[in-house]
Amino acid sequence: MTPDRLRAALHDVSDPQWLDAALRRVATEPAAIARLFAAAARRCGRGPLPDPPGWTADEAARALLLTALPGDHAVLADSLYRHGDAAEKRAVLRALPLLPIGAECVPLLHDAIRTNDTRLIAAALGPYARHLEQAAWRQAVLKCVFTGVPLAVVDDLDGRADGELAAMLAALAAERYAAGRSMPADATDLLARLGAGSHPTTALEA
Amino acid sequence: MRIFDPHIHMTSRTTDDYERMAAAGVRAVVEPAFWLGQPRTSVDSFVDYFDSLIGWEPFRAGQFGVRHHATVALNPKEANDPRCRPVLDVLPRYLDKDGVVAVGEIGYDSMTPAEDAAFAGQLALAVAHDLPALVHTPHRDKARGVERTLAVVAESGIEPGRVLVDHLNEVTVKLVRDTGCWLGFSIYPETKMSPPRMVELLKTYGTERMLVNSAADWGRSDPLLTRATGEAMLLAGFTEDDVDRVLWRNPVEFYGQSGRLDLSDLDAPEPTFAGNSILRGGE
Repeated sequence: MTPDRLRAALHDVSDPQWLDAALRRVATEPAAIARLFAAAARRCGRGPLPDPPGWTADEAARALLLTALPGDHAVLADSLYRHGDAAEKRAVLRALPLLPIGAECVPLLHDAIRTNDTRLIAAALGPYARHLEQAAWRQAVLKCVFTGVPLAVVDDLDGRADGELAAMLAALAAERYAAGRSMPADATDLLARLGAGSHPTTALEA
Repeated sequence: MRIFDPHIHMTSRTTDDYERMAAAGVRAVVEPAFWLGQPRTSVDSFVDYFDSLIGWEPFRAGQFGVRHHATVALNPKEANDPRCRPVLDVLPRYLDKDGVVAVGEIGYDSMTPAEDAAFAGQLALAVAHDLPALVHTPHRDKARGVERTLAVVAESGIEPGRVLVDHLNEVTVKLVRDTGCWLGFSIYPETKMSPPRMVELLKTYGTERMLVNSAADWGRSDPLLTRATGEAMLLAGFTEDDVDRVLWRNPVEFYGQSGRLDLSDLDAPEPTFAGNSILRGGE
């Protein structure tokens, strides 16, 4: 994902002049981002964009505002997340891989994964989660399965899934089957790919 | 019957309530910031509360197909506590948020000088942020409290049509009817108003600028009394359109003045996450 692609996707927003002016303003007056960030959804809309897939107009506009900052990206991203409503927090999480911040904003991922808001958990598992330590990443993937977040949101799932995650998923599956409940299909598929779980129908019928 | 409850403290209610409300036709709510029973002792406690009103609670409501907005303010009772008054300094941040559709609840509890200052200051914040104001009226010394409330509102310069004066009854309705302010009535199991009494007021004063809420919170209250009032209206000869005006169009018109009321996609199946229901979240 690049800022140019997000900008092109927002070509048809209801108030493009507002977005242009806001982007110019944060480039010279970074503190202005607080109020502009809050207002972005009212100005640019909240609907899904045809491209890039999985992005909404407000997320894209807010991510662009963050990329337009001249510096202090990590400090301002942290502040916007801490003071944001759920949609603003989600937009900060989506923007993290686009910012020159290294691993500085990993604490925001920890915060998002601690919540029970599935939109935040999902947004925390994008490309920036490559900075997340493996133990926390495994717990987050397990929490996706537990709370019904589709595993398609997890960046680099197959590259990173390991034997320990397989063991954790298999244990969850055992609890679910013992209770007469099912596992989401994407989780059983992952278990099968990891070579570590019996097929759920087999377990249920056993 | 579609119902918009313009005043309900969902933070204090259970998921059973959300389920029953949705089944009864409640599709949208506004949750005003207020006191929690237990007094708060610091600004940080308010910050966590306000964050919940624009974060977790709308998410929780959405799981049951209920659209949730909030009003934010330092309430009159805690305006008297010097530890809480600096809340006024963090309010502007929240008054910029999408989910915040008014400043409230503001107004009087015991009519102290500290309440005077917080009330006037927050009416000025409403004007500065181009937001309506939700005004609580005191439960004790109520008639004089309403008179004083209306004087402060007039002095503030806020347009009366952007003010909702709440918790009115047979005595205080007369004071507000001709001011241009909107009139709110809280229907309670025993105190405040009841559905039959509310119907009598609607017969006398009509349906214009009249709002009915449950004000359900942590005390004895019932989130379905909005629906019961609608049914009592129909039994008394009001039309379906009258009920829709009081229980849906009036609150939409009042809070719609914020420019932030988002009732889009309310008819869409709520809410799925790429096809997966999130209702089992946290099981």
